Amino acid sequence: MEKKSRPPCYSIALLSATSLAYEVLLIRLFSIIQWHHFAYMIISLALLGYGVSGTFLSLTSSRLLPRFPKAYIVNVILFGLSTVGCYLMAQNISFNPEEILWDAGQPLRLLLIYLLLTLPFFFVANSIGLTLARYGSEISRVYASDLMGASMGSLGVILLLFLVFPSTALQVLGTMAIVAAALAWWEMKLHPRPVAFVLILFSIIPLLLPASLMKPVVSPFKGLNQMLNISGTRIVEEISSPLGLISILESPMVPLRHVPGLSLNATDEPLPQLGLFTDADAMTVITAHPKSREKLAYLDQTSSALPYHLFKQEKILILGAGGGSDILQANYHGVEQIDAVELNPQIIELVQEKYKEFSGQIYSAPNVNIHIAEARGYVSGSRESYDLIQVALLDSFGASSAGLYALSENYLYTVEALQEYVNHLSVEGMLAISRWIKLPPRDTLKLFATAVEALRQSGIDDPEKRLVLIRGWQTSTLLVKNSPFTTEEMVRMKKFCRERSFDLAYYPGITKAETNRYNILQEPYFYLAARALLSNDSESYIQNYKFNLHPATDDRPYFSHFFRWETLSEILSLRGQGGMPLLEWGYLMLIATLIQALVASLVLIFLPLLLFRRKSGYVPPKISRSRVGGYFFVLGLAFLFIEIAFIQKFILFLHHPLYATATVLASFLLFAGLGSAWSRRYANSDTYKTGVKLSVIAIVVVGLLYLIVLGPIFSLLGWMPAMIKILLSVLLIAPLAFSMGMPFPLGLARLGKVAPGFIPWVWGVNGCASVLSAVLATILAIHFGFMVVVFSALILYCLAMISFQKGWGDQ
Amino acid sequence: MKYIHKVLIPAVFVLLMIAFAFAEDPYVKARLDMVKAIEADVRTTSRYINTEDLDPKVMTVMGKVPRHEFVPSEARSLAYRNRPLSIGYGQTISQPYIVALMTDLLKVAPKHTVLEVGTGSGYQAAVLAELVDKVFTIEIVEPLGRSAKKRLKRLNYDNVTVRIGDGYYGWQEEGPFDSIVVTAASSHIPPPLIKQLKPGGRMVIPVGSRFMVQQLVLVEKDHQGNVTTRQILPVRFVPLTGEH
Repeated sequence: MEKKSRPPCYSIALLSATSLAYEVLLIRLFSIIQWHHFAYMIISLALLGYGVSGTFLSLTSSRLLPRFPKAYIVNVILFGLSTVGCYLMAQNISFNPEEILWDAGQPLRLLLIYLLLTLPFFFVANSIGLTLARYGSEISRVYASDLMGASMGSLGVILLLFLVFPSTALQVLGTMAIVAAALAWWEMKLHPRPVAFVLILFSIIPLLLPASLMKPVVSPFKGLNQMLNISGTRIVEEISSPLGLISILESPMVPLRHVPGLSLNATDEPLPQLGLFTDADAMTVITAHPKSREKLAYLDQTSSALPYHLFKQEKILILGAGGGSDILQANYHGVEQIDAVELNPQIIELVQEKYKEFSGQIYSAPNVNIHIAEARGYVSGSRESYDLIQVALLDSFGASSAGLYALSENYLYTVEALQEYVNHLSVEGMLAISRWIKLPPRDTLKLFATAVEALRQSGIDDPEKRLVLIRGWQTSTLLVKNSPFTTEEMVRMKKFCRERSFDLAYYPGITKAETNRYNILQEPYFYLAARALLSNDSESYIQNYKFNLHPATDDRPYFSHFFRWETLSEILSLRGQGGMPLLEWGYLMLIATLIQALVASLVLIFLPLLLFRRKSGYVPPKISRSRVGGYFFVLGLAFLFIEIAFIQKFILFLHHPLYATATVLASFLLFAGLGSAWSRRYANSDTYKTGVKLSVIAIVVVGLLYLIVLGPIFSLLGWMPAMIKILLSVLLIAPLAFSMGMPFPLGLARLGKVAPGFIPWVWGVNGCASVLSAVLATILAIHFGFMVVVFSALILYCLAMISFQKGWGDQ
Repeated sequence: MKYIHKVLIPAVFVLLMIAFAFAEDPYVKARLDMVKAIEADVRTTSRYINTEDLDPKVMTVMGKVPRHEFVPSEARSLAYRNRPLSIGYGQTISQPYIVALMTDLLKVAPKHTVLEVGTGSGYQAAVLAELVDKVFTIEIVEPLGRSAKKRLKRLNYDNVTVRIGDGYYGWQEEGPFDSIVVTAASSHIPPPLIKQLKPGGRMVIPVGSRFMVQQLVLVEKDHQGNVTTRQILPVRFVPLTGEH
């Protein structure tokens, strides 16, 4: 059937593109079906399919390799079928994460979801692993195709998600995978030739599946589904982009009345609203255009209205404009110029175009300038100064209270961010940040600590005179002023709070007797904490607090990471008595993911070794399994460490999370692919060690250099237009990624010469390490920062170089 | 022999009674165990809820209301576990400990009229119905409201009136109320509900997700009409360690 064929490089590239796109898409889909952090855990573990494949191929490659073309194509077709099939099965398993500690059945369901989603990755890894094992001399080319294909996939999936709904994108991927099989048939010149055409025809099948079948089965506990239980509610609009699935909900019979933090004394009813859900949760609203200003009076009854009562603001900036509630609030107070920033252009389009009659096109008002940008980036690029910078209540209460944001990097609430905001205030200007209140207090206190730190780091020696914190039962508002608050302002602030029954938590000169009057807590926690955080003893207060209150920084941008190990056993012991909400789930999920991945990896890595041992004579005597396995393991860890850390570093430069991720990921994969292709010359001339040595030296030198110079480069060039910054980022990534693309194929090529039977095993080892790496990188970043992640990666590369020196059977 | 008469006969009688009770209601023991579990939880949380024990009348009712009737048939075996259970439509029946705590916080008396917003399966309404004169309950999810209505009728809770609709405006014709329970999630406390609370009245709102109640908000209206909230963690937990 097959003569001396070339590796199916185009097919491999298309397959890798599809596989990477599939991974991104699954996270998107499961963020809609479940919640983002669960999506992250499920997909991370599903990627262990690569590890499973390594083990499987270790045991079967001797039988599969002689039938390579068939084995390759069958695996590609199975990948195509399982992309859609396994997703459909997995999404129909009713899994409720909140019941996981109550109900023993839930972990089993979760396991089943993992197993189902592991299958597609298993098949794709089989295809690529078999090709690597089959074409020993051409490994660099195969691997280059793999990486460059993945690079295209990382860009392609973002483009695809702009064009179609995630479920349709999945159908497209199913088709692409089967086209990859047809391509392989053609590339390998297999007979009968028309089969390639039959496969092309067959590839249309995923596209023909009915939309109703593909539609994500969203958890009944997500906000949107709960609202849909109410009579008369319906989704009137659904639009999708890589930033999320936006659903607009209309509820004509039972009006929506979303006004977080409304005063207990409020009597005004909110205006009619449309619900705006992102990924079937996190409701915000588009408010009906008010017939008169008075109709907006209810917005003056929330804690976030405080700054408007202290002095007359002429020019303000709203970060996170969304459906426009904060703009309406500013309009109510007669602000003359409003700059509003919103990341998602689709939301603006909905307000401005589709629902223009309903919303009254608030963003087109003469006093409003809307900017579609990432909030932090907008501020750092702006040369304006404002009387007020208002940071909207951006996340939903449900996710906030369950601690689900712990994993998400957030550059809005870091010390550096707050410094930047304050630098953009007029002399009398203020920064106002409202948050949901969690009990025992967490967010609000961490924000307060962050503000204190930001002011101190800016050289301000009287932060205690520039801070005000008030709270209702549900929300808190922190004010940071660019100069000391005046007595007159404090009189107005007290009046504002008294009229609305909001509590004073901190203001310059506060006494304990003034606190905890309307929304009574066991202790005046907020006041006590604010005093302690402003004292010289703040560090010991933070140390003794049962949640993590250390301010987030740009290097450790985890504002919502409140978890402390010291508190875990106490909380677990309170599990039956309502203690569950005290658990910070996000971080625990990360640890759970790591543990599960670690156990699975150990089995997957060591099982083939045990089985090898039984086949006496199979292992060439000079091969050191620990050195060879170690080499591919540390490479797997190091590659992703650097990739993940640099995505974060470049987010601060490119600002838009999507563009940053796409640019960094695609550039890394592309240049690593080129590096892999380049590494052939070392493989061909048998100078593997030189190749690895040179590449590792380059990685370490460039990596260290970047640790030092990237920060200054970014702050120097932060003002430049986005396109130039993207180009510059690509150029900066190129040398590093190019070098990083070399050690892996060189290792495989060297192994291919002395012990080709080991290739599937190290392929699996590398796959397992990659899964662990992504999780470990986040844990390291949470605890030590991204600098440490990069530094660890550089050390790992050095270790790889050392383990490459001997023990490879060819000395 | 006469001792046998004195000991054995009453013992046999008691055993027969227990067996009879179990035959009548196989959930009696489960319910008693549930009550014990709640009592144990309350004791460990006493400092935070400002009481060593919950009102004995509340505990008696917790031991009486057939919770298994308020859960879906497939979850009956779990009905008396101290955990929340799904009742469909993305809604839950709360953890018994939380139901007891909420009921206790309301400080209801037999002559009281209580409003509940968010009927769910009707369990909380049934508990309240055992303690007060009249319970008015509103459910926004139509199928849930209908089945709760039927269930409460079948179980002879004649002092409960179920209405299907929007709870935001309360139930003005029947108000003002001595107590209000709001179990349906809301971004704020609806002003009409505060208005329909009698001076001296109490309103309880659980805050958190469907399966995990983070805190209970007790809204109190004093005799002058001033409204305050008290936020109660249902659990013994001090955020600071050591002295500070």
